[in-house]
Amino acid sequence: MKDTPLLTLKGTYKKFGGLSAVDNLSLKISEGYIYGLIGPNGAGKTTIFNLITGVYPCTSGSILLDDVDLTPLKPYRIARLGISRTFQTIRLFPSMSTWEHVLIGQNFLSRSRIGEIFPIRRTQGLALRAQAEEALRILGLWEVRDRKAVTLPYGSQRKVEIARAIAAQPKLLLLDEPSAGMNIRETEELLSVISKIHDLGITILVIEHDMRVVMGVCDHIVVLNFGRKIAEGTPMEIRQNEEVLEAYLGKEE
Amino acid sequence: MSSYQLDLFSSLGINILLALSVYCPMATGQLSIGNAGFMAIGAYVSAMLTVHVHLPLFPSLIIGGIAAAIIGVLFGFPALRLKGIFLAMATLCFGEIVRNFFMNFLQTLTGGAYGFRGIGDVPILISWIWGWVALSLVFFFFLSRSRLGLALMATHDDQTVSELIGINIVFLKVAAFGVGAFIGGVAGGLYAHYYLYIEPEFFNVWESIFIALYVIMGGMLTYWGPVLGASIFTLLPEFLRFLQDWRGAFFGVVIIGLMIARPSGLVTREILRIDFWIPYLKRRKP
Ligand SMILES: Nc1ncnc2c1ncn2[C@@H]1O[C@H](COP(=O)(O)OP(=O)(O)O)[C@@H](O)[C@H]1O
Ligand SMILES: [Mg+2]
Repeated sequence: MKDTPLLTLKGTYKKFGGLSAVDNLSLKISEGYIYGLIGPNGAGKTTIFNLITGVYPCTSGSILLDDVDLTPLKPYRIARLGISRTFQTIRLFPSMSTWEHVLIGQNFLSRSRIGEIFPIRRTQGLALRAQAEEALRILGLWEVRDRKAVTLPYGSQRKVEIARAIAAQPKLLLLDEPSAGMNIRETEELLSVISKIHDLGITILVIEHDMRVVMGVCDHIVVLNFGRKIAEGTPMEIRQNEEVLEAYLGKEE
Repeated sequence: MSSYQLDLFSSLGINILLALSVYCPMATGQLSIGNAGFMAIGAYVSAMLTVHVHLPLFPSLIIGGIAAAIIGVLFGFPALRLKGIFLAMATLCFGEIVRNFFMNFLQTLTGGAYGFRGIGDVPILISWIWGWVALSLVFFFFLSRSRLGLALMATHDDQTVSELIGINIVFLKVAAFGVGAFIGGVAGGLYAHYYLYIEPEFFNVWESIFIALYVIMGGMLTYWGPVLGASIFTLLPEFLRFLQDWRGAFFGVVIIGLMIARPSGLVTREILRIDFWIPYLKRRKP
C-alpha cells in the first residue's frame, strides 16, 4: 500500500511506571482502508487508541494526522481534526436518548457560533440533520431513536457508540473491540455496518478478537505483542505467519 | 396583595434566580456551595453604584452581575481543575472570602459589619424581580433545546467522553460558572434594592447551602428542578406556620423523605415527557 498516509505513528512509546505498554511503535494508516489491530490481552492495543486520541500523552515519539502533530493537542482538538472512537467498555451518556447521542456527536460541525444557543430544530442545517438520520439508519437504530440509549440491549448500545462516532464525520474511526459481547447475529450485522461505514469514505482501525471480523473485513492487519509490532500484512499473510500463530492465534485453537 | 404576600413572592422570585445560578454550573456536573458570594458581590456592587454614583437601577444590576461573573470566571479557571467534594469545598471557601471581604474592606462605602444603609433612592417593584425570572427561564428554555445545552448535559454525564467527541469542556465549565455567577449577582442586586438593607451576614454559608439545596431537592437535570426546589423551600415553611415550634423539625423530615423518595430530585427529564404520564392516565379508565 503506497497510498497517502492518513495517520502516522513514529517511534511511539508509552510507559506506565516500569511497564512499556507501547514500545517504539511505527505505523502508517493509509486513507480509505480498513485496518485490523490484533494481539493478546494486555498487548497495548487500547493504549494505542488512548495515545492517538490524546487521553494519555506519549512518553516519546510522535503521532501525525495528515502531517499535523497530534501529541501536543488536547483530546477535543484531536477529535475536531477528524478522529472518532468507541470504547472497549461502552461509555454512553446516561441522560441522553439515542437521537441526542448522534446530535452531540456532531457538536463541532455546525459552522455558526450564534446558532449554538438557538433551538436545534430550526438552526441545525438540514444537511446536518439528514446526516444524523443517516448515521442512525446505517446502524439500524432509527426506530429506537427516542429511547434512552442506556436502556437498549447491549448490542444496540455498542451501535449507539458507533453512531455517535460516525455522526462527527471523521476521517479516521477507531473501534475498540466492537463485537465484544455480541451474539452471532449481531456480529454478522456489525460486519455489514463496518462495510457501510467504509463506503462513506471513512478509514477504519479496528481492534478485534473475533477472527471472523478481522479476516472478514480488514484489508490490512497489524499484530501487537507486549507493546511491540510483531507482524503486519494482509489477512492471508498474517494467517501464515509463524510468530503470530505462536503469540496469538495458536492460543485460540 | 398584602405586604406579607408581596414580600413572600419577592423572595420567591429572588430564590428562583439564586437556584438557577447554582443550576447553571450544576448542569455541567459542578456543585457550588458558595453562590451567596456571587449574590453578595452583585448586591454590594449594584448598591454602591445606585447610592454613591447615582446610577439608575438597571445598569447597576447589570454591572453587579458582570462583576460577579468576572470574579466567577477568575475563580473558576483554577478551581474547576478540582472535582466533586474538593470543588464544593473550594466554592464554600470562596463564599466565606467574599463575606469577609465586605466585612473588613470598603467600610466607608458599605458600612462593613454594621450594614449598608441608605439604599433606596431607586424604588424596586416585584415586577422587576419576576421580569428577571422570566428572562432567565426563557434563556434556559432555549439553552435546553440547543446543541450547547446538549454539550452541557454530555459534560455533566461523562467529561472524558465529552472531550473525546470534541467538546471543549474547560471552556464550557468556566462559562457555566460565569453565567451562574452573573445570575447570582443580579439576584443579589435585586435583593439589596428590594429590602433596602444588606449586611455581610446575609450572605453566609447557610445561605449558600440553602441555595444549593433548592437545586439538589428540586432536580438538577432540568431547569424546572431549581424552580420547583426554590418554590418548595420558600413557600412550604409559610404553609407550615400552624405547626409553630415543630415547623423546623417537620420541614427537615419532609426534606429527608423527598431525598429518599426521589434521589435525583423532584423534577427529572422523564416526568417532563408525555409518555411518562400515559400509563397513569390509562389506568384511570375503567
Ligand atoms: N492507565 C494505565 N495505568 C497503568 N497501566 C496501564 C494503564 N492502561 C493500560 N495499562 C497497562 O498497559 C498494558 C496494555 O494495556 P491495554 O492497552 O489496555 O491492552 P489491550 O487493549 O491490548 O488488551 C497492560 O499491561 C495494562 O495493564
Ligand atoms: Mg483493550
